[in-house]
Amino acid sequence: MVAAQPTPREVPEMPDFDVVSLPETDHVAEGEVAPDFTRPLANDEYWEDRALDDVVDGPTLLLFHPMDGAFQGTYLYNTVDDHGWTDDVDVLGLSISTPYAHKRLLADRGDGVRIFSDPGADVIEEYGLAHDIDGMTGITESRPAVFLLDSDRTVEYAWVASEHPEFPDAEAIGDAVADLVD
Amino acid sequence: MSEPQITLYRLQACPFCERVVRTLNELDLEYRSRYVEPMHSERNVVKRVSGARSVPAIVDRETGVTMSESANIVEYLKGTYGDAATDGGRAADAEGGA
Repeated sequence: MVAAQPTPREVPEMPDFDVVSLPETDHVAEGEVAPDFTRPLANDEYWEDRALDDVVDGPTLLLFHPMDGAFQGTYLYNTVDDHGWTDDVDVLGLSISTPYAHKRLLADRGDGVRIFSDPGADVIEEYGLAHDIDGMTGITESRPAVFLLDSDRTVEYAWVASEHPEFPDAEAIGDAVADLVD
Repeated sequence: MSEPQITLYRLQACPFCERVVRTLNELDLEYRSRYVEPMHSERNVVKRVSGARSVPAIVDRETGVTMSESANIVEYLKGTYGDAATDGGRAADAEGGA
């Protein structure tokens, strides 16, 4: 199977660093209600099936990220810890990794975070975030994405990577969190 | 989604845990599965709720019973919720927490 080939382009200020533009995607957007789903949700001690609707009972940051072990996830949870977002909102992650991998990740970082496992990437597909990684046949990955949800799962802030690799803007997330909880 | 009254702490593919699951299903009881890791040192949550790190362990909010050891759990479940249970679970309560 030949996936649509993204176009490499030069970033002027970083001439040696090629980023790849990802195709347009019809992802969950601001103002929409984040689709409900049930998946195993891991904390640093155990995991259990939970529905998003059941878990969201206040402002919630829902973070989609590439599989545990990739440096994007490591950076993401370091950023969560550095900004202390779990003090202000519930922070939930989601990746295709197993609950065992989530537990290992949460042993080192992401204090107070819980992470959903979506190995089949069905939730990732439903949110419009699927990303077929070159050279890992059979694996559907998630684009990095951030959704800040109100207590009724309405998306107050959404960011979805449009390049690969691309990192969420911590300042923008911090501002959105502050706007929602103030 | 309402919270099931019984929480089962279990290990993936643990035969003793499956035995408890069979009984829960036979008695048509709602339960929530909480999976923990094979390593005993990784099971502090089980130790906190039941006093031991062994699985299976159940917490039954309906009766306030917390229990380890599959044979005990099966006996408790059948005694409390099976056809033979006629006292509303009081007999099982008395020996709960073992």
